[in-house]
Amino acid sequence: MVRCFLIHTVCPVSALGAGESRALYCRVFGPDESLFTDQEREFSPEERRVLQREQTAVVARQVRSAASLSRGAAGRLLMEALPGEEALALQEADSGVLRLRAGDPFPEEMSALWLGVQSLGFTLVCEPHENLLLAEGTLRTLTRHCLEHLHLLGPGSEILLRSDRIDALLSRLLPHGQLLFLNHRFAHSLEKEVAAYMTK
Amino acid sequence: MYSHGSESLIKQAREIQDSELQKFYSRLVKLLQGKELGYETVDSLQRLHLILSANKYIRTLPPELQRRLQSLLSSPAEQFQVLSSAVLRETLPPAAHSGNYSQENIVQLNSHAAALLLSQAGSRADVSSLCSQLLRGLESRQSEGPTNSLTHTLPILNTILTHNLECLTEDHVTLLSKKLVDWLRYASILQGGGASSGGFFTGPRSRQPVPIAELDGTVSGDFFTVLCVGQSFTEDQWMNVFSFSALRHWLLTYHSVSNGNGTADTAHRLQLSLSHSHSFSNDDRSEVDGSVVSMVSVTSSSSRLLPPKERLREKSFQYCQRLIEQSDRKAHKKSDADLQKACLVEAVCILDCVCEEDASLVFRAFPCIKALFGRLSSDLSFARVLLPIAQFYLNHGEMAAVDCGSVWALVFARFPAELFNDPFLAHELLRFLRLNLESLQHRVPQYTHSFPNLLKFLAWDSPAVVDDFVDLLPSLVTAGTAVELLHTLLDLPCLSATLVLQVRSTCLPISEQSGRGLLSLDAFRSASFRGLFLFLLRGEAGSGDTIDRLSTLHELLVETADWPRVVQCAQTVPVLLHIFFNTVITVADEKLLAHLILVMLERSSLLLNIPKYNKEIHRVFSSHLLRLCKLHPSLVMDQSHELLEFSGATANVYSKEELYTHVVWVLGEYLSVSCDSRCSVTLITSCFEALEAVLFEITSSAPPPGTDCPAPRVVTTLMSALAKLASRSHDLIPRVSLFLSKLRTVTRGGSVAWCSDEEDLVAIVTRGEELWSLLKAPGVAQSVLTPPAHVTTPQWHRDTNVALPLRLRTLTNLTHSH
Repeated sequence: MVRCFLIHTVCPVSALGAGESRALYCRVFGPDESLFTDQEREFSPEERRVLQREQTAVVARQVRSAASLSRGAAGRLLMEALPGEEALALQEADSGVLRLRAGDPFPEEMSALWLGVQSLGFTLVCEPHENLLLAEGTLRTLTRHCLEHLHLLGPGSEILLRSDRIDALLSRLLPHGQLLFLNHRFAHSLEKEVAAYMTK
Repeated sequence: MYSHGSESLIKQAREIQDSELQKFYSRLVKLLQGKELGYETVDSLQRLHLILSANKYIRTLPPELQRRLQSLLSSPAEQFQVLSSAVLRETLPPAAHSGNYSQENIVQLNSHAAALLLSQAGSRADVSSLCSQLLRGLESRQSEGPTNSLTHTLPILNTILTHNLECLTEDHVTLLSKKLVDWLRYASILQGGGASSGGFFTGPRSRQPVPIAELDGTVSGDFFTVLCVGQSFTEDQWMNVFSFSALRHWLLTYHSVSNGNGTADTAHRLQLSLSHSHSFSNDDRSEVDGSVVSMVSVTSSSSRLLPPKERLREKSFQYCQRLIEQSDRKAHKKSDADLQKACLVEAVCILDCVCEEDASLVFRAFPCIKALFGRLSSDLSFARVLLPIAQFYLNHGEMAAVDCGSVWALVFARFPAELFNDPFLAHELLRFLRLNLESLQHRVPQYTHSFPNLLKFLAWDSPAVVDDFVDLLPSLVTAGTAVELLHTLLDLPCLSATLVLQVRSTCLPISEQSGRGLLSLDAFRSASFRGLFLFLLRGEAGSGDTIDRLSTLHELLVETADWPRVVQCAQTVPVLLHIFFNTVITVADEKLLAHLILVMLERSSLLLNIPKYNKEIHRVFSSHLLRLCKLHPSLVMDQSHELLEFSGATANVYSKEELYTHVVWVLGEYLSVSCDSRCSVTLITSCFEALEAVLFEITSSAPPPGTDCPAPRVVTTLMSALAKLASRSHDLIPRVSLFLSKLRTVTRGGSVAWCSDEEDLVAIVTRGEELWSLLKAPGVAQSVLTPPAHVTTPQWHRDTNVALPLRLRTLTNLTHSH
């Protein structure tokens, strides 16, 4: 199962100070895991939320470091793609996978798959025994749709103001964190539904 | 991309004033009261979501707004379901939240409302009750809610089961297993309703049901799987996709539920064999209706007599076999070719999983797995499929008495050597090693000897995999590999540079002079240095610990020292060295440890010249030299010749201050009869003379041009070492005293050429005076400078009855109590 899907900034962006990063979208699937760890006391809903926030922030920070190290190592110059060049941007994206040790930040070990498209990172946190080949494909598909339907290559703020589009997208392609084996015909029929949603 | 506009939106959302927010809430309530919910409502809900989600701390909505939003969850327009669910997920659940839904049939609950319910579950009990509601929803399939509302049920169940197995009962397992069998094995093999969307000439004929097709376009002749295509799909075909997607997780899960419940399964089987009619009438609707006779299931015509869990296992087995078959077909689309690979991974994992539970399936599965391995093993683009196959061989190869040699040749030789730059393969392979460490060490002799190859992953992408190597490295340290492994770790940055060169030399044609002419690249291509690079790139240990012309290699690679990849790699080496030394003391005998000390001394000046790298390595060497000698003091005696040689070289004072200091300290501390009876007066004297010469040299003249003054610590350590040695051989005392008195005279003038800081100089002189006065009473000096073992490792503090602090505390208690 996928534990969460995140969109966040990965490299220094002019709108932020050095070392700062922003989580722009975050969706955690399933019930809160703190319900099931044998803690001495139960967390209140407020505490659970703060905890969850901190966990996803840790993931975002780790991915940011991983992406900048990987870009540094590859020594590639960041290419600027313009709106309309989503496919190109996706093709040029850096990607990788991180092992999140048990306890840092989730109680169990997780694998974080990330895709860095220019200054944005798209991250899937999966259970480590998950089919990563499938997860990788799903992450690419999700990223492509996000880039297209939220016009992420442009200067707008739709990612903040139209996040329901991502919710709708996830409910089709990654329902409740379940990776789906979709051949192109199944994918096509879901994507038609997604497109119909986006035109609203 | 992320713009200033977006940043200011987030800031606004975070800093919004409460009064403003209240106004916004009441405007929104008004909007939601209206008959028609229009664009403005959507926009306001989107803004509300931003405000709530941009804040770390949770906000409480006015009850009226909360209620309105809840009723929006069942709005006919999906956008409102999505938005209200998203907004409510960011708020506190109302006290009796789950109660609001429990009356409704959960099947009617849309996916977005269910997501909310799940994320706001406040206790295990909430989740468990949701789980049983969902299962009840599955059971009442005859009441015919539209099936597509079932599609989200499986994912929700799956995500609940990830956390909480306790909500499952044996009945639930039976129910879900039966449903999965139905969906997996008996989905319709005709295309869904929309199939007749033909062209101009379509006559009534095209209304005829169209069979589903394989990915290569041929008509499918067997049961439906996720690799079947059609113009559109029926509900049960959708359920087939969802079932297969959830299957492995379910098999892994019920596996753990069934632990301890095995008797129930057998009981069920007994009951079934007693009453066949029961199973026909109830359980096997589909088997009777099912019109397809599967090619892969001929062996199991009696499977309908199995209890549900075993039956699911059997059907999963058939499904996976069919997928493996189907993956051999040429897919027209790239996305489908990728899906075939993902399906192969899943299929092999599921086969592994069912074989784990039922060993009798191993013999049926192996022919298929073997054939698959034969088909894919030469094509490295299938590497990530081959890993689960390797897992299968590891888990079941022994039982089936299958030769696994060619599998390990791939995993330990070809994969690391040729795919070191694939981050996903690296992650999966290293995870595979971590999970199977014990059985690999046990059963695969190649494992420990493949470290030169495995370390290529680390050399290429250190930050991403260093965590895995922290766990793996100890298993690679054996008495047989230790020395070569140490050399290999020290040369890891060279390996990193070489891998970059290897990649570049295959990317760039030789003729092309790209930008800057890389000397190292020319060297890499030149035949005369071939051997050096080939040694670094070797795949297996055992061809020698290191090479003679290491310094040549370092010179060739000098320009790589600032390449980011090489620098990143160099930064991980100290960590790994610590792990190496911590492990090696547990596996090595004294002879090997002595050898390692030699390697440290030798390699301290034979490292790729990366800024800070040498210093870091010297620091690691120093701390472990100390530990080794503390553990086995006689090592100093064994290696006294080399240690003396090292400490007698004045240049080391300047270039390897850290290590030099520690070597001198070790000599002063452990070169003593009390540590090793072989220690003779002659040896002590020659050691004394070597150190004395160095100390005299560095304190009588300015440092050589271009180097800093010797560190005060080196000077004081040398003085202390001389005093210690002298205390063991009293003839030497006058020589030390003479030196120390001279030192005092020389420094009386204030400044000297070899120490620029006045305070340091004062400290040095003070230390000298202390030692001098101590040596005036040789008997005292000996017991202070070479204390007997019972003084340095006092036992009495451990005795709780006589420990001083305890006694003091007792006394204090007595005197202060009244």
